[in-house]
Amino acid sequence: MAAGLTLVGGGAIRTPKISQLPSGLGERWQLPAPSSPTLSELFAVHPRDGGWVGFLLPQLATGKPLLWVQDRMAIHESGRIYPPGLPSRNLIHVETRDARDALWAMEEGLRCAGLSAVIGEIWGDPKALDFTATRRLAVASERSGVAAFLIRLGGHANLSGARMRWRLASAPSLANDLDGRAPGLPAWDADLFRGRGMPPGRWSVAHEAGLFHLVAGAGSGTLGEVERLRA
Amino acid sequence: MERWARSSDCAPDAPVALTVEGTHGPVIHAVTKAAAERGARAGARLTDARALDPALIAIPADPEGDIALVQRLACWAGRWSPLVEVDGGNALRLDVTGIAHLFGGERGLARDIQRRFAKLGLTTRLAIAPTAAAAWALAHHAPCICSDDAEAKLAPLHASALRLDADTIRTLERLGLKTIGALIGVPRLALARRFRGAEDVVDALDRMFGRKAEALTALPSDPPPRAALRLEEPATHPEAAGHALEQLIPGLVRQLQERHLGARRLSLHGFRVDGSVAVATVATTIPSREPKHLQRLLADKADALDPEFGFDAFALIAEWTEDLRATQESLVEEPSGEREVARLVDRLTVKLGPRRVRRPQPCESHLPERANEWLPALRKGEPIALPPVRRPQRLLDRPEAIDVIYATPEGMPRRFVWRRAVHDITRVEGPERIAPEWWRERSNARLRDYYRVEDEAGRRYWIYRDGLIGDGRGGLPNWFIHGLFG
Repeated sequence: MAAGLTLVGGGAIRTPKISQLPSGLGERWQLPAPSSPTLSELFAVHPRDGGWVGFLLPQLATGKPLLWVQDRMAIHESGRIYPPGLPSRNLIHVETRDARDALWAMEEGLRCAGLSAVIGEIWGDPKALDFTATRRLAVASERSGVAAFLIRLGGHANLSGARMRWRLASAPSLANDLDGRAPGLPAWDADLFRGRGMPPGRWSVAHEAGLFHLVAGAGSGTLGEVERLRA
Repeated sequence: MERWARSSDCAPDAPVALTVEGTHGPVIHAVTKAAAERGARAGARLTDARALDPALIAIPADPEGDIALVQRLACWAGRWSPLVEVDGGNALRLDVTGIAHLFGGERGLARDIQRRFAKLGLTTRLAIAPTAAAAWALAHHAPCICSDDAEAKLAPLHASALRLDADTIRTLERLGLKTIGALIGVPRLALARRFRGAEDVVDALDRMFGRKAEALTALPSDPPPRAALRLEEPATHPEAAGHALEQLIPGLVRQLQERHLGARRLSLHGFRVDGSVAVATVATTIPSREPKHLQRLLADKADALDPEFGFDAFALIAEWTEDLRATQESLVEEPSGEREVARLVDRLTVKLGPRRVRRPQPCESHLPERANEWLPALRKGEPIALPPVRRPQRLLDRPEAIDVIYATPEGMPRRFVWRRAVHDITRVEGPERIAPEWWRERSNARLRDYYRVEDEAGRRYWIYRDGLIGDGRGGLPNWFIHGLFG
């Protein structure tokens, strides 16, 4: 522990100031979702930030099993999914050696109409993940009607066939009414930088009781609004 | 002997004897032709044979290897008949009822068997007879093919062809009953009375002449559905197995349909010309007899079979089957999709392996790593309802040590370093104390105090302190990160 003390020594320990935190939920927010299931790409801004899971889970249909594919590096870097923390345990988990196998497993899953969604986590920018691969996933997803989510951990937003592309980061959680020092309702900074048939935008959102809400007091909106606010 | 001759580079006319250890020194197990001409006999002592011919070369025999070879050959003999039994250390028994016409009659079958064994460098003594005991007797004493005149062919054989023990045979010889024909002439009652205590002569006679059934022990009561394909010429190209699979699947599916079965495990056997068998096996989650699905499952594995010197026959066997009636899921509703998911699991498992395609199974434990077990998705787990607890969405496979700064040793953590990145903790919730499972772990396992923490960027982690100061189970407690919250 002594080593730890010297490592970070000198920094002032910040105490949480309740007044600075976002106070609560604002107006209801309609998630910009495509009309029919398709491929969405989610970039975790920080690879070791699990925030995107919380943003993704409410979007998944329930009832049917879920196929969750993780490549080896994704498991190593940001952990394996943990079913006791998920809303439904009805899932099939696939661990693959590399991105190529992960993409293959996702495509196999997308051909199966008995699934509610296919989630694939891929670490970095592997060669196998090019425009053709993402395009194949998008077409397979639209044909079978199974939603696909391609999660990119520590990757760059290169050319992609995904219909929706999000960049996600955790935001400071909302105030906890019961315990001032404890984290409250999780909030996310969601940046839609490409969406087919919808304007891109950036929002600070939280989820409660089955609905997404904007975080009160956080400057956000579609790109047009942001620019208008700036002007 | 022939197995040894095939694997060694000794001159073919060398006097060689293979020996095994006997009670009084080495005993000859088998001899080459040249050695036999010079007086060496199987069963004789090596020293006696050496006295006759000092130039005799003695090499230790390998009985285990012989047995292994016979076992392998028994598998390979599956190309002729589904029912093969290893009989003793040097004989194979094949049930060829209703099979001979496939090979051009009994003579054609016998010729085919002899030719193929000859190609392997093995001499065969072969007999086809109405009963297994008669076939054994003929094969060992007078190889021939007999279908109806078995009694006439068996009559001149020595009584030892009945496979009785040495004492009984000696008694028979003393009584002058040297051949089977002589035994047939004796009234049954007299025979039965004379050999009451010893091995049953009447019984052996009955088995030989088919008055009493004798089952092959390898005989499965219900042979699994099986489709076979024989090739005119050995195929050495790598796609051979894939093509054979395409031709075999419809036949197997028809059999499954007739018997209302679905395959759970399928294997494709490729019989090579050199007497070895290559096997590809796949398993399914739910019984299936869908040709397309079965073919897709096996196709990759079939293509990976190595033909080596060439395949000349294939067999596709449904080793494990389950009852599968024609079902209709529902009249009005959409299909549940359960079947499609099962098929998906099969395909993923075949390609990636059962250890990589898994389902969660909740377990009754408070320790986070034990509360969830991953089972192969091919297996069905049983549902357990557990009380809801607040758990992270992601868990590290093993907790990673972190450096933590805290206000007081027992107090809240303030800042931690994980993988060289500094995280300032802004908000903390906890601790949630999880005690070690003393009935499972060593006595010095420490309790864990779990904290839900949030850093300045809003990322939420699950960290714990392993133990307490002064709990007598080690020094200062270490801190670990265990999970990530969504």
